[in-house]
Amino acid sequence: MPEEIPRVRVGVKVNGKQYSREVEPRALLVQLLREELNLTGTHIGCDTSYCGACTVLLNGKSVKSCTVFAFQADGGEVLTVEGLAKNDELHSVQQAFTDCHGFQCGYCTPGLLMSTLQLLDDYPHPDEAEIRKGIAGNICRCTGYQNIFKAIQAAAAAGSRR
Amino acid sequence: MYPRAFAYHRAKSYPDAVRLLNQLGEEAKLLAGGQSLIPLMKLRLSVPRHLVDLNFIPQTSYIHSNGVLCFGAMTRHAEIATSAEAARIPILRDCATGIADPQVRNMGTIGGSIAEADPTGDWAPVLLATSATVRTLGPNGERSIALGEFIQDAYTTALQPAEVVTEIVVPQPTERSGGAYIALKRCAPVYASVSAAVQLTMDDTQMCKDARIYLGVLGLTATRVAAAEDLLRGRQITAQRIATVGEAVMDIAQPQSDMRGSAEYKRHAAGALAKQAVEAALKRARGEQAEVMHLYA
Repeated sequence: MPEEIPRVRVGVKVNGKQYSREVEPRALLVQLLREELNLTGTHIGCDTSYCGACTVLLNGKSVKSCTVFAFQADGGEVLTVEGLAKNDELHSVQQAFTDCHGFQCGYCTPGLLMSTLQLLDDYPHPDEAEIRKGIAGNICRCTGYQNIFKAIQAAAAAGSRR
Repeated sequence: MYPRAFAYHRAKSYPDAVRLLNQLGEEAKLLAGGQSLIPLMKLRLSVPRHLVDLNFIPQTSYIHSNGVLCFGAMTRHAEIATSAEAARIPILRDCATGIADPQVRNMGTIGGSIAEADPTGDWAPVLLATSATVRTLGPNGERSIALGEFIQDAYTTALQPAEVVTEIVVPQPTERSGGAYIALKRCAPVYASVSAAVQLTMDDTQMCKDARIYLGVLGLTATRVAAAEDLLRGRQITAQRIATVGEAVMDIAQPQSDMRGSAEYKRHAAGALAKQAVEAALKRARGEQAEVMHLYA
């Protein structure tokens, strides 16, 4: 084992802002976001790639940021929940989740919002099966899925896009 | 959770990755999409000293069709799920659209899945049923290995220490050929409990010319069910015939009881999945539409 493991420089645009940080190779994307950039809206839930609380968009695609090394985002673009609202106005997907009470404790919400963006990219007018499949990688332990469903349907009806 | 500390090496090309593996030795591992490796590293079930990153090598993610269908090893499952070329072989689409969940499909790669040779992986039974070949690059040059020889045991492949998977090649099925893949899962992000892949080729008199049936998850590698194939080959495939296939699969399957279910449950599931996959494959071989969805229970 080398005594000193060289750190890796990661240059990444997050929510439109360019950052550059030197991190340990083993640092995960979620740790870069939360601990280096203080963007704590992205949550760590299970930390084993099941629950989807840590979902962000990497180069426009939803990923579980606890299962991506920070260096894999080098040169890329990340969108987190902090990047959704503009000028104090909620993103239409956030508004739909608010209007439909699409969360209870709120822990899974940032991940579900990001997965909803991916879902609406793939299926702008998703049917029930497509919604189920689209958020299959996100777990709500309050089991408030019914209202999450309604929120996603409302967001789709409102023509929500990224 | 942090993986154990490791040194990072970014490969610029496949020859560069081979050079790095050669130089770093046994304690180096390749990183493709990382959707299996990163969880294993976080649980410290895998503790490499060095990671050679394949993600920044250009032109490793592609789907070409020219008589055969070629997948760059770094092609993500999601790219295969939405590819018009891959959709021409429906069993590939069944597999790609059903792997885990959208987030995992956006990162995970076909080459990484095959190189890991996890007995519960989705690609192996499907690519065995379609007679796929694995292309590799190593210190002694390129090799082309039939998938059945490439996967040797659970987590064990024919890859040499400094060899890299570069491409997966699937022969274009002949006319009147159709396949289907169905997995039974407890929920989306987990591995399947049982899966069945079937590829049928019919002749112009509705007789079955060839059948390939593989079960996933139940053994150390995907299991070929030759006795069930024999029930179809050279015969008309009637509903009654399909029922006997299900029974044969149930007889041959030797699942073990574990957290995914009892052996008896899995034996029944294997029979039911094989029947459903044969029905869908037959429709497709006849040029009819058949939608296949993974089952969640």
